[in-house]
Amino acid sequence: MRLKFEKRAEPSRFMLYATPVGAVLLTMLVGAIIFTAIGYNGFGAVYQVFIAPLALSYKWGDIAVKASPLILIGVGLAVGNRAAIWNIGAEGQYIVGALAGTGIGILTKDMHGPWILPLMLVAGMVGGAAWGAVPALLRNRFNVNEVLSSLMLTYVAVHLMNQLVTGPWKDPMGFSFPQTALITADQMLPILVPGTYVHLGIVITLIIAVALWFLMSRSLMGFQVRVVGSAPSAARHGGFSQKQTVWLVFLLSGALAGLAGIFEVTGPFQQMSLGFPQNYGFTAIIVAFLGRLNPLGVILAGIVLAITYVGGDLAQSVLQLPNASKGIFQALMLFFLLASDILIRYRVRLVGAPAPAAVPARSPAE
Amino acid sequence: MIKLNRRNFIGGAAAAASLPMMASKATAADPLKVGYIYVGPINDGGWNTAHEAGRQQMLKALGDKVQSQYVENVPEGPDAERVLRDLYNQGNRLLYATSFGFMDSAVKVAQAYPDVTVEMCTGFKPSSNNNLSNYNIRFHQARSIFGTMAAMLSKTGVGAYLGTYPVPEVISGINSFTIAARKVNPNWKTKIIWINTWFDPAKEADAARALIDQGADVMTQHTDSPAAVQVCESKGVPTFGQGSDQSQFGPTMCKSSSLDLWGAFYTQRTKAKVDGTWKPEDTYWGFKEGAIDIAPIVHVPDDVKAAGEKIKQGWIDGTYDCYAGPIKDQAGNIKIADGAHATDGDILGMNWLVEGVDGSLPS
Repeated sequence: MRLKFEKRAEPSRFMLYATPVGAVLLTMLVGAIIFTAIGYNGFGAVYQVFIAPLALSYKWGDIAVKASPLILIGVGLAVGNRAAIWNIGAEGQYIVGALAGTGIGILTKDMHGPWILPLMLVAGMVGGAAWGAVPALLRNRFNVNEVLSSLMLTYVAVHLMNQLVTGPWKDPMGFSFPQTALITADQMLPILVPGTYVHLGIVITLIIAVALWFLMSRSLMGFQVRVVGSAPSAARHGGFSQKQTVWLVFLLSGALAGLAGIFEVTGPFQQMSLGFPQNYGFTAIIVAFLGRLNPLGVILAGIVLAITYVGGDLAQSVLQLPNASKGIFQALMLFFLLASDILIRYRVRLVGAPAPAAVPARSPAE
Repeated sequence: MIKLNRRNFIGGAAAAASLPMMASKATAADPLKVGYIYVGPINDGGWNTAHEAGRQQMLKALGDKVQSQYVENVPEGPDAERVLRDLYNQGNRLLYATSFGFMDSAVKVAQAYPDVTVEMCTGFKPSSNNNLSNYNIRFHQARSIFGTMAAMLSKTGVGAYLGTYPVPEVISGINSFTIAARKVNPNWKTKIIWINTWFDPAKEADAARALIDQGADVMTQHTDSPAAVQVCESKGVPTFGQGSDQSQFGPTMCKSSSLDLWGAFYTQRTKAKVDGTWKPEDTYWGFKEGAIDIAPIVHVPDDVKAAGEKIKQGWIDGTYDCYAGPIKDQAGNIKIADGAHATDGDILGMNWLVEGVDGSLPS
């Protein structure tokens, strides 16, 4: 008796949506077994990482704050990945967007008015889009692989940030500490729930995600992106330009990553500091795939990842679980998701099973 | 080790669900709960290991009067605030935030909860609730011992200092090292590199090799891993470790290490909170108070060892100060006048390099 993978005539829509859920459940089960096997309270660990953040109402705000940048970057990446154009450099676009917005913040620190915050947000999008434009230009003009160029530009962005924050943008009253001055009241995102960091950016993020879902499923732009990704030659015949799509993808995902960056500055961080890059741009790649490159799925996936961050810290302080446990859970999740992808295009069948003696033999009914 | 059974699981779940209530039920008879957050892993062999050792010493000293929790690898920024609030919600009423990037989070938490006490390592901002103190130790003191010995061991008159970030803590160390070395050799030069990380062994090793290739024949570093010490051992370059005794990584070439000793401070401040005598006051301890020390000086000529020990004794009895004027900056301007001494504020906000440093600050 053995298992056989059999190609499906059409990808299974059921499996497309069932496998992410299955991956999360398998992660919880296998995580509990692993941590029990090495001597921890395995089920307690799973409870703290996945359930406790949901059970404790005062953690909901934390989840929303943590999920927001993951979702905003994730929906941008989902669009690009649909077109099979790979922006690995969202982290850099996130940083440069934050820097561009912070630059406006520093220029306007002695000014007042309701126009300052919107200007910072626009600058954030422009900054992110500009950083994303570089790999797009290199790809279209010189055929440079965008995976490498966008990834490497992330490190350039980190150094640019280090240079600004330890140098000219350093808080003049800050004892030479490498961080900018706190932003002013006119530069802060409105807080929606007093006493938390639940800010207006979270609502804007959700609106953008839903709008992108609509665009991707109902508009010509969405159709173009999907056709370029799934059938490049058909796209050429249909008159859809590959180059134009590259521009669209990088400018859009860059702008959204930049917006996420400036949301973080004007929301939770309230300044730029060396600790600003939190790898949201890389984690959002997991979020995009876990959400099946569907903007609505990305919202759910962003929330799941945010729960593991918030819960990972709880597991550490409540159960004294090692910090690495958070990473183990996140890695398990991606592993199971990628492994179970095969079920979308293939079905599993038992073949050559010798009939058990007690049961009458049956031919495999298909 | 915890064995899994149903009771454990339910107990853990119930404990988590009732956390906010537990916090409010604490009474004066209960042990004080003390929370720590660390920026890196507790086994980094440097900064965080030293803080964890201090926490353990405090726990041993205060016994059943306290209970303690820690969270490691906490990112600097809003995540730190979330973790601090978690610790508060689990009943911790004394919080130690052990990295300068936690400063604004620590201040916000102190201002949000009047009944919490926060000790903020290497910070400088106060809390409007008068429930936050800043603490630091005089890292630069050990550097003048190393500078003195480095200049005596060097043949080329060029040493190297592997810098992390251009923050006052690191700058004052570079300056202290250079000033002491120039007392031995007036033509001394200290080459510096900023690697913009506290912990990245590969980058630390590369930078150490680059500094040695540029002609430095003795070096020290401000990074958290032992990578630079290992490079020096393989190249036969005398070096000095930091944070904890790193001689195991450089058995012949690591001549001594600076030791951060937080235990006495943690014990004193935690006890004050238990006794109800805690007041906000910033602490800046050094050799004299036993907050900093050096590992035994090994594998150097006797006169070098004696010179190092002499500086250490000078710090302990207050007869030595590396920042006694006149001291000039790189451009030759007098920064500390003849007869004057740098104040604590000058050292904690130092943003200029002394004459003899070969390198610059980002501007």
